Amino acid sequence: MAQAKKSKSNDMRAVYVVDGARSPFLKAKGKPGPFSAANLAVGAARPLVARQPFEPDAFDEVILGCVMPGPDEANIARVVALRLGCGKRVPAWTVQRNCASGMQALDNAMQNIATGRSDLVLAGGVESMSHAPVLLTLPMVGWLADFNKAKSFGAKAGAVAKLKLSYLQPVIGLLRGLTDPVVGLSMGQTAENLAYRFKISRTQMDEFAVRSHHNLANALDNGWLSEIEALYDTHGNVYAEDDGLRRDSSVEKLAKLAPVFDRPFGTVTAGNSAQVTDGAAMLILASEDAVKKHQLPVLGRLVDCQWAGLEPAQMGLGPAHAMAPLLQRHDLKPGNVDYWEINEAFAVQVLACVEAWKDADYCKNELDSPGAIGEIDMTRLNVDGGGVSLGHPVGASGARIVLHVLKTLERTNTHRGMASLCIGGGQGGAMLVARD
Amino acid sequence: MDEQAKTMRHWRWEKDGDNIVWLYADNGDASTNVLSSVVLDELNAALDQIQGHSPRGLVILSAKENGFIAGADVKEFVPLKDEHEARGLIERGQRVFDRIEALPFPVVAAIHGFCLGGGMELALACHYRIADDDPSTKLGLPEVKLGLHPGFGGTVRLPPLIGAPAAMDMILTGRSVSARAAKKMGLVNYAVPSRQMTFAARQTILKPPPRAKATGWKAWTNHGLVRPLLAAYLRRQTAQKAPQEHYPAPYAVIDMWDRYGGDPKALLAEEARSLARMVLNDTARNLIKLFFLQERIKGLGRKKGYAPTRVHVVGAGVMGGDIAAWCAMQGLTVTLQDRRHENIAKVIKRAAGLYHKILKEPRAVTAALDRLIPDIPGHGVGRADVIIEAIFEDVEAKHKLFREIEPKAKADALIATNTSSIPLQVLGKALKTPSRLVGLHFFNPVSKMQLVEIVSGPDTDAEVAQRAAAFAKHISRLPVPVKSAPGFLVNRVLMPYLMEAVILETEGVPASVIDDAALKFGMPMGPIHLADTVGLDICKSVADILSKSLGGEVPKRLEQLVSTGNLGVKSGRGFYNYKDGKPERSKPDAGYAPPADLTDRLMFRMFNECVACLREGIVEDADLLDGGVIFGTGFAPFRGGPINYIRAQGVAAMRSRLMQLEARYGQRFREDEGWASL
Repeated sequence: MAQAKKSKSNDMRAVYVVDGARSPFLKAKGKPGPFSAANLAVGAARPLVARQPFEPDAFDEVILGCVMPGPDEANIARVVALRLGCGKRVPAWTVQRNCASGMQALDNAMQNIATGRSDLVLAGGVESMSHAPVLLTLPMVGWLADFNKAKSFGAKAGAVAKLKLSYLQPVIGLLRGLTDPVVGLSMGQTAENLAYRFKISRTQMDEFAVRSHHNLANALDNGWLSEIEALYDTHGNVYAEDDGLRRDSSVEKLAKLAPVFDRPFGTVTAGNSAQVTDGAAMLILASEDAVKKHQLPVLGRLVDCQWAGLEPAQMGLGPAHAMAPLLQRHDLKPGNVDYWEINEAFAVQVLACVEAWKDADYCKNELDSPGAIGEIDMTRLNVDGGGVSLGHPVGASGARIVLHVLKTLERTNTHRGMASLCIGGGQGGAMLVARD
Repeated sequence: MDEQAKTMRHWRWEKDGDNIVWLYADNGDASTNVLSSVVLDELNAALDQIQGHSPRGLVILSAKENGFIAGADVKEFVPLKDEHEARGLIERGQRVFDRIEALPFPVVAAIHGFCLGGGMELALACHYRIADDDPSTKLGLPEVKLGLHPGFGGTVRLPPLIGAPAAMDMILTGRSVSARAAKKMGLVNYAVPSRQMTFAARQTILKPPPRAKATGWKAWTNHGLVRPLLAAYLRRQTAQKAPQEHYPAPYAVIDMWDRYGGDPKALLAEEARSLARMVLNDTARNLIKLFFLQERIKGLGRKKGYAPTRVHVVGAGVMGGDIAAWCAMQGLTVTLQDRRHENIAKVIKRAAGLYHKILKEPRAVTAALDRLIPDIPGHGVGRADVIIEAIFEDVEAKHKLFREIEPKAKADALIATNTSSIPLQVLGKALKTPSRLVGLHFFNPVSKMQLVEIVSGPDTDAEVAQRAAAFAKHISRLPVPVKSAPGFLVNRVLMPYLMEAVILETEGVPASVIDDAALKFGMPMGPIHLADTVGLDICKSVADILSKSLGGEVPKRLEQLVSTGNLGVKSGRGFYNYKDGKPERSKPDAGYAPPADLTDRLMFRMFNECVACLREGIVEDADLLDGGVIFGTGFAPFRGGPINYIRAQGVAAMRSRLMQLEARYGQRFREDEGWASL
């Protein structure tokens, strides 16, 4: 269990976010989308790096979160770093903490800057979910090995005779990835658990989903998504906006959708869950020395990060578990946070986190709090949309919400933000940020 | 070793513990190996020494970093006066190579970098060839590009080795192949990484495999019954690309292979006789001259220590986009600024197509695309070494842009414009330091047209122009310095020629007849088709600007087509109708006779303008004018350029033809004063 460690580690150096960019989040449409994970990350980072006053080889390291890189993208961070022109001497590494991989990359960058190992780091997350690998079954792999060993025509024919039709069934990597391998529940089923536990209705979920779309549309129309850098494919197409947005979304329309995970009686639908999406988000983190050396603008500061573990079947409550010790450590109440980004893996899961903090028993038993932690101001939560409307490319979302909450603080001239997400497998991650 | 030191400057050899001799080509006077007659004589002497040691085998390789051997020494062809002398020179080389082939021990050519022309023929005379599989390895017989053909046995040894179709393709087109392609076609025995070259050569000598030759159907292509059929096919193919009257060399190759293909000895003798004839004809003389001119122009871009790495291009239209794509392919990091995503998206698509075609290797394509960075806000300006303005031709808009760019640009950044019609002194007014502005005038399509006019206005700093030329060379284009006068060089000499074509068309000469006349002269594309391709609106606007300053009239027919929206290829209709981008050419009626002075009317308008440009000092000298016009318009290269052609035809005779034209058609054929001093 995550304890609220009191050490605020005053000897650590400050960690600044100087700039950031993300790709538009592109909804997966059944077949592989226009961009591989490396192309997404390069597409987002290239203009970001190009507008800096330093050369790309000035980075001390590149850290990237990614859950399922493509077969040609082993240690995708290194692939991306080299393609960005960082040069052979900039090391790069890839981190994986499922849905929080992008935040994990920021946490690692932050630690290395805080301890003085690095001064300037390119960090972020990427996922091309539409490119998730489709695999062969193990029996099929075994059969192929036997077939390749067979030398004579007769032996080959014998091997062919042993091939069973069932071997040919492909393994869809994406579906396996979205199923908890320990408790055997799909992520959607863990969300159904939360709906049951906190008595959150289908209508509440759908209303939250509609709100997500409306918030995103509003942000887009007001130009509040300036961190998006357009992507271009090689067929003359440009992708400039998140394409999962449904401006005409309504509770009535969402009510017509059938449940996906607990059929036929469940409440979690495609409409109130995060979209399966491709995207990347990249940030430049710097120490004070680097800020001074290159005369960099400062967008904000990464203050602290917290990880938490909980029951895998309740994984959607991860943010409640990760954010609580973070507030405690910094002597903060929910009201002290100006803006919140809680990743919308499922509408019900965000609502459940909010409910959990209002529930004195839950807070006492599960979060070591003397009483209810308090209320999150819904008008300051996911104000510019979230996973339900713009999608959740698993490796990228953690970086996206940190970047966006900082952009929101900048826009509203406020000071403290919280970004948090739930993590498949039963974890939560949270990052506290500030604009001084 | 003493025996070597005394006699040799260009070769050295050593014997290893396995009794294998390693013979290094190592030109004592240059960084590149070429086979001059001295080098060939020394090779002969080296073989004498080596044979005296009865080695187990011989490996021939190069001590130069850039490659094996670049070919024969073209300079030696220039002073040749008669066929007999030329033949003597060729046969001397043939004898050395025959000797290598006949050596009683295995001979291996270990090849890296370029292995071209005579170098390739030397490799062919060796018993085995091993190539470094690095992308820089290039094997080929490019003689035909100089109006020549191989002369040291290349036409004899290549067809039996790889089969006639592949051999003829290499010899007739002059294209070179990579090590891997060479392995695939049987040209080399092995393509190996450089770390394995020495070992591979040694093993080949210690355990010599059977010698390679074409087998199966490829072997049959050299059979006496097949040769005439294949030869006829090759003649037809060649005729589509290079007419025999202008380019005799490829036809000579086909003819002698057809006739003597079954008799290597006779073929070798004929190869020498034929090449001796080729060396002396005008085509080869002009192409060789052009080769040296090209080297001179490259030299204009020489600047030590200048290595730009970042380019910022503003304007993602056809020119701006193609310039950006080209620069990224040449290894530079390019930011491309435009107001519209859609324009940039089109550029990325075109760039991807170009890279796939030229770079092929998917990783190289990705790397080039990664270097081409869309930059709508224009962040790249401040980091760029070279900034190229390529927006629409509007003085106000360009002024506004330069006022934005100048304060952001690095102090030593080159600020360039790709304008084709606005004088530099006008554009420079927007700059605090007008001496910084230089013109980098590219031609469409950038990937094919090698010329870049380096335009200096009266304010342009000489050092800035020098840097612009160095930049052009850095991206493998040919810089020709020109003065900022309307049309600079290329558009100015092209425009009267295009306008005369329009007048002819208005008079009722069918467009296809006009175009055919130009093609027959040796232009790469007819003037009417060219006008349609450039866009009639663009032609008209350039013509308007030029006629204002240089006089003359823009034909009504052009205005009429533009005003009715017929803009050429891009609108599907101009002088021709276009289907899938190809013109629908109607044949003139049987019995139609084109005007006898058709070609003269077209070409003399251009010649007269060239003479005017030379007189006005738009370019420094006649050679640079010839080079500019050839590399910028594709002007018949085998004629050596317009001024070269005028002089070859006789200035007096040309003047009298021009005067006749003036008598017939008036003012527009009025002789320029410059003719008097040609």
